[in-house]
Amino acid sequence: MRIRHVGSRSGDKIELQMTPMIDIVFQLLIFFLLTFRIVSMEGDFNIKMPRAAPREGLPDPNLVPPMLVRLQADAKGDIIGIRLNDTPYGTYDALRNRIIELVGSDTGPGSVQETAEVEFDCDYHLRYEETIKAITAVSGYVGDDGKPVKLVEKIKFKQATAPEGGSGS
Amino acid sequence: MRIQRKGPQGIFEADLTPMIDMTFQLIAFFMVLINFSQSEQNQLIQLPLSELAKPPRTPLDFPITLHLTKSGSVFAGGMEMSIDGIRPYLTQEYRARLDSGMAGEDIPVIIRAHKDAETGQVQKLISRCQDIGLQNFKLRAKEEVVGNT
Repeated sequence: MRIRHVGSRSGDKIELQMTPMIDIVFQLLIFFLLTFRIVSMEGDFNIKMPRAAPREGLPDPNLVPPMLVRLQADAKGDIIGIRLNDTPYGTYDALRNRIIELVGSDTGPGSVQETAEVEFDCDYHLRYEETIKAITAVSGYVGDDGKPVKLVEKIKFKQATAPEGGSGS
Repeated sequence: MRIQRKGPQGIFEADLTPMIDMTFQLIAFFMVLINFSQSEQNQLIQLPLSELAKPPRTPLDFPITLHLTKSGSVFAGGMEMSIDGIRPYLTQEYRARLDSGMAGEDIPVIIRAHKDAETGQVQKLISRCQDIGLQNFKLRAKEEVVGNT
């Protein structure tokens, strides 16, 4: 910022040149105003799926209760059927309640909740939004205190099938 | 803005101090709120909502981010490609991370798929990633505020 000496030598009045600083400050302000956006936060569902160990059918029955979630879709991709181990459920909430019954509230190392695994078998055309809803239903829920309660953390997908089949298995 | 008459020549001098104070406060406000981590977003992607989608506590290490559109094309690294044509890009990114000392199974792959995309295409994309050794997938969703469903 340029500083200029003005006036008589005896007075020594210093006048600051404010114009360039104000120019830059307003440019910064306009930049932040234009780039400012209120966005919702994003989160992830973790899926560990190595190619080396593909699993056909149900998970090992000696370790955890085997859970296979089947999601059926119509031609438009809307959900028409939710099944857990061939038992139909009308809503995702009903599916979640069944998962809670299966894994319980037991937590900690070696607990059912820690070792439980859910495999998803989805129709090709099913809208991804519905899949995320189902994953949310088995992963947990938000408790009365607003904190998330975890259910099943190990999630897998059954091998993808061609769209011509119209069915996931 | 206060304007004062100064000097015998009748020069008007504006008192800029309050305006500059206010402007700096506004800049500081926007600087604090700006979120560069969201800059990887793609405008074509509308993420599905989930009440459990909470932001990770620690940022992911060198993730590979794949945007899957409703029509089934993939945006990655500033390019648009088909799911079947993504292998060269994935191989290049995979090798770059291996060279930097990362273990193959630890390389995170963020999948940002459109909410109306077909689940089969998401699975197909995962399968292409598995072909080259990737196995740590993050299905991204937008946080849903409970009660607004």
